[in-house]
Amino acid sequence: MHTLKLGKFEFNSRFILGSGKFSLELIEAAIKEANVEIITLALRRAHTGKLENILDYIPKNITILPNTSGARTAEEALKIAQLARELCGAEMIKIEVIRDSKYLLPDNYESIKAVELLAKEGFTPLPYMYPDLYAARAMRDAGAAAIMPLGAPIGTNKGLRTKDFIQILLDELDLPIIVDAGLGSPAQACEAMQMGVSAVMINTAIALSSNIPQMARAFKLAIEAGREGFLAGIAGQSKLARASSPLTGFLRD
Amino acid sequence: MSKKSVFEYESNMQEIHSKVLQNVLAQVSSYHKENYTQAEVLKALQSESLSIEGLKALLSPAASAFLEELAFKARMLTKRHFGNSIALFTPLYLSNYCESKCVYCGFQKGNAIARAKLSEAEIRAEMQAIADTGLQEVLLLTGEGREHASVEYIAQACKIAKEYFKVVGVEVYVMNVDEYELLHKNGCEFVTIYQETYNAQKYEKIHIFGEKRVFPYRFNGQERALKAGMRGVGFGALLGIDEFEKDALATALHAYFLQKAYPHAELSLSAPRLRPILGNRKISPKDVTEARLLQVLCAYRIFLPFANIVVSTRERAGFRDKIIDIVATKISAGVSVGIGEHSGEKKGDDQFQISDERSVAEVFSMLKKAKLQAVMSDSIYVG
Ligand code: SF4
Repeated sequence: MHTLKLGKFEFNSRFILGSGKFSLELIEAAIKEANVEIITLALRRAHTGKLENILDYIPKNITILPNTSGARTAEEALKIAQLARELCGAEMIKIEVIRDSKYLLPDNYESIKAVELLAKEGFTPLPYMYPDLYAARAMRDAGAAAIMPLGAPIGTNKGLRTKDFIQILLDELDLPIIVDAGLGSPAQACEAMQMGVSAVMINTAIALSSNIPQMARAFKLAIEAGREGFLAGIAGQSKLARASSPLTGFLRD
Repeated sequence: MSKKSVFEYESNMQEIHSKVLQNVLAQVSSYHKENYTQAEVLKALQSESLSIEGLKALLSPAASAFLEELAFKARMLTKRHFGNSIALFTPLYLSNYCESKCVYCGFQKGNAIARAKLSEAEIRAEMQAIADTGLQEVLLLTGEGREHASVEYIAQACKIAKEYFKVVGVEVYVMNVDEYELLHKNGCEFVTIYQETYNAQKYEKIHIFGEKRVFPYRFNGQERALKAGMRGVGFGALLGIDEFEKDALATALHAYFLQKAYPHAELSLSAPRLRPILGNRKISPKDVTEARLLQVLCAYRIFLPFANIVVSTRERAGFRDKIIDIVATKISAGVSVGIGEHSGEKKGDDQFQISDERSVAEVFSMLKKAKLQAVMSDSIYVG
């Protein structure tokens, strides 16, 4: 009942580990401490050469989520997805279509097209996106298994800067929402989970910590706490006073 | 032999009417490095994103008192954007024939050096030897002059390189858009062009003749490469030729203005210093000490946090090992600047002396010890 469903895939953990900024031993340490079941892999880096192979550092029971980073158009994303399928048999693909090398903000227009192309080819697409309701609906209609809005620009650790817009997506879309990019502390991950997002993705915040295993554990606990809090139903905050003996209790009919 | 102005194009050279050069030169000519105070440096260091004025302050002599702070901020930004990754590549010299005369270079026409050009079979042998070390990115180089290494020859070399490597770049003479298109079609994604100096008068003096002499044609090379569909472009001034603060400023602004016009462009910056060459062992980077070089690199990082910074083997191992933890994100490894040396005996002389002769495996294990991750490829060729 409480598993994370992404298309036909199911997971117990709601902690997705990004791998772009780690060194391989550190990925290993983070996986061990955090019970993650999904780890992203930039296909452009998939081979680390003859001297080392990233796949040796990822246990067999972990699902590899290749991303299309490097793609600037939907067609390029499709080509990269096809390469990923050849290389590691992946069906679930994180779509990243970025045409700005400075801010690395996702291009929603191209990403919608990419979702369409990949879904037609039988992939389970998870698009990284800017939290825009129209784009999110279009991605859903095109076959996205979840959407991955950013909390803040990649690597900034600024937290849920887009909170209000993610809330709109949560209210309007019946589709798993995974917060990707920007979460910088366990508290921020907890906050996202309390809102009701289905999972979060963390990379920089752990990779740059001085104690990686401990930080990975901290995120794991925060994500679980946030999820529990959400399921238990957070008592809503209200600006309006609500007396414990109501003023309107006299009304009949 | 031409003694025309360096601003005069030759008939085969395409003009693209770009505004970037004008913008860069205007900024550089109004830059007076002595005018900056420590207060301005501090203000720049504390700002969230560095303005052009801030960049000028960080390059100025006043900033040299804040080297530690510069390094601290630069390191934070490098980690934020690149994490622990350090990309590795190696240059492959295809030919050292050259029809230009640049006074700082050992390959210049007329220098009595052993000249050579790799045949197709030799290119394959070299590439095989490099690929065997585990590298997946190669940078192809030639001297200047289409007579010796035609565009078709370079395109063919790119095509062969695609069989052995995931990422192919070139550092060759500058070309027209359609010529870059041919390279791109054959698998080349990155074009690096060193402007050497952005001071046109100085440029005129040290580029005695040859195609390289045409200053704006060279300057607009990166833009033509981007118009041809290349993924990224590299920039560099040879520090020590002219007032290095101005050249560093111009390099950073060249990249900055181009990025504004081509937001998808992946940038990379290098900051080579002058090195002794064959026939002139006395050439040196003068006032560009390691400390000033670090200052320049930190200013680059703070101004363009997302850009790759490449440190070549011109610098000593001890400097390179530290700089990759502060600003550099890409280093060469297993370098040979002679022709044909990777796979067998060298048949052509070197362009300059290198200072770090470590193999790929040695660089790899140095990175591991420093808890950094060697990245062999950070790109995928998708046409
Ligand atoms: S710098 Fe280039 S163009 Fe100039 S002499 Fe050397 S190889 Fe030739």
